[in-house]
Amino acid sequence: MSTQDWKFTAKDIAAKPNLFLSGHRACAGCGPATVLRLIMKATRGPTIVTQATGCMEIVGSIYPYTSWALPWIHTAFENAAANASGIEAALKIMRKKGKIKDEHIDVIALAGDGGTCDIGLQALSGAVERGHDFLFVLYDNEGYMNTGIQRSSSTPVGAATTTSPAGTIIPGKLEKKKPITEIMLAHGLEYVATATPYYWKDLLIKVRKGLEVEGPAFLHVFAPCPRGWRSEPCKTMEYSKLSVESCVFPLWEAVHGNRQLSAPSKVIALAPQKKKFLKDYLEGQGRFRHLFTPQNRPILDEIQQSIDVRWQKLLQQCQLSQL
Amino acid sequence: MTPLQIKQITLAMNGDEAIAYAVKQCDVDVVAAYPITPQTIIVEKFSEYVANGEAQTQYVCTESEHSAITACLAAGAAGARTFTASASAGLALMHEMLFVTSGARVPVVMAVANRALSAPLNIHGDHSDSMAERDSGWIQIYAENAQEAYDTIIQAFKIAEDIDISLPILIGVDGFTISHTLERVDTLPDDAVKEFVGERCFPMVLTHEGKTVPFRLDPANPLTMGPNALQNYYYEFKRQQTEGLNVAYKKIQEVNSEYAKLSGRCYGNGLIDTYQLDDAQIAIVVIGSTAGTLKAIVDKLRGQGIRAGILRIRTFRPFPVEDIKNALRNVKAVAVMDKCMSPGGFGAPVFTELRNALYDVSPRPIIVNYIFGLGGRDSSPPELCRIYDDLARIAKLGHAEKTVTYFGLRE
Repeated sequence: MSTQDWKFTAKDIAAKPNLFLSGHRACAGCGPATVLRLIMKATRGPTIVTQATGCMEIVGSIYPYTSWALPWIHTAFENAAANASGIEAALKIMRKKGKIKDEHIDVIALAGDGGTCDIGLQALSGAVERGHDFLFVLYDNEGYMNTGIQRSSSTPVGAATTTSPAGTIIPGKLEKKKPITEIMLAHGLEYVATATPYYWKDLLIKVRKGLEVEGPAFLHVFAPCPRGWRSEPCKTMEYSKLSVESCVFPLWEAVHGNRQLSAPSKVIALAPQKKKFLKDYLEGQGRFRHLFTPQNRPILDEIQQSIDVRWQKLLQQCQLSQL
Repeated sequence: MTPLQIKQITLAMNGDEAIAYAVKQCDVDVVAAYPITPQTIIVEKFSEYVANGEAQTQYVCTESEHSAITACLAAGAAGARTFTASASAGLALMHEMLFVTSGARVPVVMAVANRALSAPLNIHGDHSDSMAERDSGWIQIYAENAQEAYDTIIQAFKIAEDIDISLPILIGVDGFTISHTLERVDTLPDDAVKEFVGERCFPMVLTHEGKTVPFRLDPANPLTMGPNALQNYYYEFKRQQTEGLNVAYKKIQEVNSEYAKLSGRCYGNGLIDTYQLDDAQIAIVVIGSTAGTLKAIVDKLRGQGIRAGILRIRTFRPFPVEDIKNALRNVKAVAVMDKCMSPGGFGAPVFTELRNALYDVSPRPIIVNYIFGLGGRDSSPPELCRIYDDLARIAKLGHAEKTVTYFGLRE
């Protein structure tokens, strides 16, 4: 990874042409759409994008229209990383043989949490094991929103979805969110990081760092979905911010496995009084509404406790301890 | 160059090795594959070529067949010449992506060492795997022996990559019977193959920016590939795909003739390959290596004055309707041999397709179906001879007592 200085000032960002264009059909307040636009602002040169089936694939490519101002391909749901493998292999050999211009082309694979943690996990694991040079970006809105808000392995415990409804016996999803970044770290990737669009500069820098790695890199971007979360479209960025402040989704990066908290989370580590409560984050999200009844109070407490435990563990992993 | 000018080298290879050898000569950019019997020798052999620097190819050992075909599709979309190989469960795992590959109009070449599908698990040869993919939009050509497997792989790139076709192609070889059996194979020199296949060309398409550019992923000319097409466009996409297959119908014949000029070898008209059919009164229609065995039987029968013939369907997709109609016009009784079943259907795939094709022929031959060889069960020459005996009886009687027969089976 180079230590080239890029600043990503608001002015720079505004001056760079959009590569994910407006006119797509995402919902009002769509977190992933903002994420995509930001990611494309961090590209550094010729780039090919491949995307798994999902909301963001659908909204940007309804024939004969497209939101993609760079070469883009979608083939299926479970294979974004396999697409990236094929593209990267093709570019490598064709460049070597002189069949294409002798220049580096970045490859970015985009997928939602279903296309990453569930159906896409095998292809992703295979592609990173083989060491293809690409950046895989997971935009995590915690469920199968495109098909009508079903549970994925990335849906958090307690959340109600259409396949994990809050019923009279079962209070929403019973299982914990799959720790996808831990799984990717275990693959020994040079660069793994988390990001969320409220902290846009942090996100852009992490995209760029991921692109600069010669080999696979993984970026987990937390992206609120007003439709799936049953939240106000105007509050997407607020939830993006609260997810970090409540330590539900801490921001960090790991270079060669050495994990460091990123600034927004480090602030909380250094000034714990700034840490928000889980309920500040959950309130207002319809998917958690049922947890705010007296009988489900223990569930809320349990979730808060597990977040605290996870946060403490992360602090240790980053060689920090809660002050 | 003419066959006389070219010095061909005779090698002892099994079908899988012959395929790997042909792929090596075709300047393939990306091979992505996953091992499965009886295809494995292809990827093993090809890996050796790559490891020894004999093939200038990026070899991607994927974690599944689904990713193998995906990687080929994506590499092909990026402009690479690509190849993969599979069989049975592997091909079934690719099922979803086979439709995507043809729909995306990416000319991937795939060899399939045809093998039975589970359950029960069986590694031996039959056509269940690729027949299950007949409607996936791929061109399907089946070879009779290792020599034809070699020749057809070389032809395959030229057919699939034709800019008016731009469709993937599946080359079937009978598992073990062809894939693992050592034969003599005459091979062309590398440069002759390279010249014959040529470089990959691309259809020109109109971009959203209004530019006309080659159909590939290229940062200089951004294209959106694999979009969604809704009720207003999807149907037109699919119809265009069938046009590609219509072009392939002619192209396969042209390539067959062109290759004959180069190598001295041709396979019928490329679509069907007939043997002693011109004056035949009874005929067997078959796909793959069984045709070789039948030839010896026909020679024997001809010696006895029985006018028996063979029609080997080499190209199953596009289905050569007119050629089959013409070839069987004067035959009295036809037996279609299927190394595959269509459970619950009336006969197996080749039979239903062929019988349909002959519906409008007058007088129409009597057409019966023999399902045989499932799970690699061998059919000996004396057994196969009985089918001609049956046909002779049917032709004499003027009707068949039984339309679908499970042949060589304990019942």
